[in-house]
Amino acid sequence: MRGAAGRGIVPLLIPALIFLVLLFLYPFAYGLFLSFTSAKGQFTFGNYLRFFSDARDFRTILVTLQISVPVTLFNVALAVPFAYYMRRGIKGERIITFFLIVPITLGTVLISEGMLTFMGPAGWFNQLLMALHIVKDPFQFTHNYLGVVISLALQGFPYAFLMLLGYVSGINPDLEKASQMLGANKWQTFWKILFPLMVPGIAIAFSLNFVMAFSVFPSAVLLGQPSGPTRVIAIAAYQWAFEKFNFNAASAISMVMAAIELIVISVVLVWRNRMYKGATMVGKG
Amino acid sequence: MKDFKKISVRNMTKRFGEKIAVNDFSLEFGKGEFVTFLGPSGCGKSTALNCITGLIPITGGEIWIDDECIDDSKNKVSPEKREFGMVFQNYALFPHLSVRENVAFGLKLRHIRHAEIAQRVEAALKLVHLDGYGSKFPSQMSGGEQQRVAIARCIVLEPRLLLLDEPLSNLDAKLRVELRYELKALHERLKVTTIYVTHDQTEALALSDRIVVLRLGRIQQVGTPSEVFSDPSNLFVADFMGFKNMWTAKVESLSAKGERLEATLDAQGLKLVASLAWPEGDSRRAVIEEAHRTGQPMRTAVRPEDISLAPRGSHNSFECAASIVEYQGQASQVSATVTATAGPGLEALRVDLRSGTLISEGEVFSASIPPEKLLLFPATESAAEASRWTP
Ligand SMILES: Nc1ncnc2c1ncn2[C@@H]1O[C@H](COP(=O)(O)OP(=O)(O)OP(=O)(O)O)[C@@H](O)[C@H]1O
Ligand SMILES: [Mg+2]
Repeated sequence: MRGAAGRGIVPLLIPALIFLVLLFLYPFAYGLFLSFTSAKGQFTFGNYLRFFSDARDFRTILVTLQISVPVTLFNVALAVPFAYYMRRGIKGERIITFFLIVPITLGTVLISEGMLTFMGPAGWFNQLLMALHIVKDPFQFTHNYLGVVISLALQGFPYAFLMLLGYVSGINPDLEKASQMLGANKWQTFWKILFPLMVPGIAIAFSLNFVMAFSVFPSAVLLGQPSGPTRVIAIAAYQWAFEKFNFNAASAISMVMAAIELIVISVVLVWRNRMYKGATMVGKG
Repeated sequence: MKDFKKISVRNMTKRFGEKIAVNDFSLEFGKGEFVTFLGPSGCGKSTALNCITGLIPITGGEIWIDDECIDDSKNKVSPEKREFGMVFQNYALFPHLSVRENVAFGLKLRHIRHAEIAQRVEAALKLVHLDGYGSKFPSQMSGGEQQRVAIARCIVLEPRLLLLDEPLSNLDAKLRVELRYELKALHERLKVTTIYVTHDQTEALALSDRIVVLRLGRIQQVGTPSEVFSDPSNLFVADFMGFKNMWTAKVESLSAKGERLEATLDAQGLKLVASLAWPEGDSRRAVIEEAHRTGQPMRTAVRPEDISLAPRGSHNSFECAASIVEYQGQASQVSATVTATAGPGLEALRVDLRSGTLISEGEVFSASIPPEKLLLFPATESAAEASRWTP
């Protein structure tokens, strides 16, 4: 907007802009600066070169993607049908929502602790599985790849679900009826009408979930094998910063993390724009 | 399109828990007919419409197309297979699809060749005067244009039955009249069987072949616009059709005058003569005879438009004093009190009328009612209820 009203808004935005600069842009710019300087403060590409040539560090990108991409896809793919099913509200919706919000409020560490006891070799879950003769020996749910994935699913799914639920229930219910009256069955209505209208929501849910999963740290340490199979990129950054006290190298790794997240989000947004070429509103009529 | 002769709805009932939204609704639609469901908010118009489409499952009754039962309240043909078209009040256009894609939506589902789809879509858009709008998106169009797209999207499929739920109520007054005219023209051209839902009597009168007046989920009257307009079957329909003057009256005498029945009435001291077009054998005659015998009061009703300013001595003339005059251009809406009925301890009879000549507030003038414009109804409803009607 370029009218008089648009200009009037700018002064009102100043406090928010200051906040944004101090809280986000400054640390980011400082990190970017650190990543391109050596310990003595000279300009260098060395931090990046070191990361990409160190097989053990470079591998963390792949390890993290192997964890975060499947778990994000799983969370979103599961959230879509759940949100669809609950779009007009169902019985017991409050209770379901409550149980979904609990993991969010508990926080990562508490969930990890809980999972360690609940799903550990001597935990209830394994005892139940053995009692039901589903497994003979305790199944290894923790201290491996699976443990990290499960904890990320527990934390990420509620976000994806609640976000998509808000999105689908905002779609004008008459659109579904109209589609049906034009001859579409439930399946066709879902794929031709609801899904395309959910795409912007799916894109946002995917991006947020992916960023959360890609920067995973506590679960990877507590529930995984941080020395090997689940040595995610955040662990690498942590070790350089707080074990080797090389903030320049750690900053470079953080920048690589940010770059990968940006790339993935860009891909998602390109997909979104290709799927959803219509208006940006959600068909409120 | 599968051809048919008539659609019959038999004893259709819809309950929402305890609440009966549609009660024992029976009606036949002939092919090509334009039928309007008319009634106040909450009377069950939309519910009845949605029951016919199958979008709402019915609790009781049956729906038939000729000798094919499409709904017997246990098994039903699902809405997408009924080949009915529906236009929604809020248009319900698909926001992510262009106008062309919206109109083509149903055709694509029917696996019709691309060339034919393109041609039929263009023809439909032309029919609603939207040629050239194909690549626009709904959000880039005005309300009236969106409603036209919604209509094109339905008629392109040549539905057996077209259902419209208050399609004009979201538009401004001028556009409403314009689009109403277009709807009428479209129906003249296509002769598609149509059910139209509205709470606006002008729309109903202008468009319909038949009007179905609903109240509390029950059919009150089915008739042509002129039947419903001039011979409402009960107080409720009369009220809805603009019989603003409704007075409690005793029947003093009755006499047959050819095909008509003449009744002399006493409304709070105002003597009136009503000439009722009720031929010999009309069931309403028995009701009035009964009221005459027992002295039970009835209600007499007349439209403001039917009361004229006239010198003393003409039919049913009386003197009144104007209390509120609302200037409306062509004529004024006058609210007056009948002087003959005013007096200590009495509540004066109020009369609403329209006057072509200017009357000032407080002015005393003489008005008259042609006897054939006075209608008479059993006073089954209490006065308070009669003015409210809604549940
Ligand atoms: N899903 C529902 N559950 C419970 N009651 C309902 C439901 N739908 C409608 N009703 C009730 O049924 C009655 C008829 O509703 P309906 O929507 O058919 O009225 P309407 O004549 O279309 O009114 P309007 O002119 O306001 O659209 C109303 O009293 C309404 O409260
Ligand atoms: Mg309605």
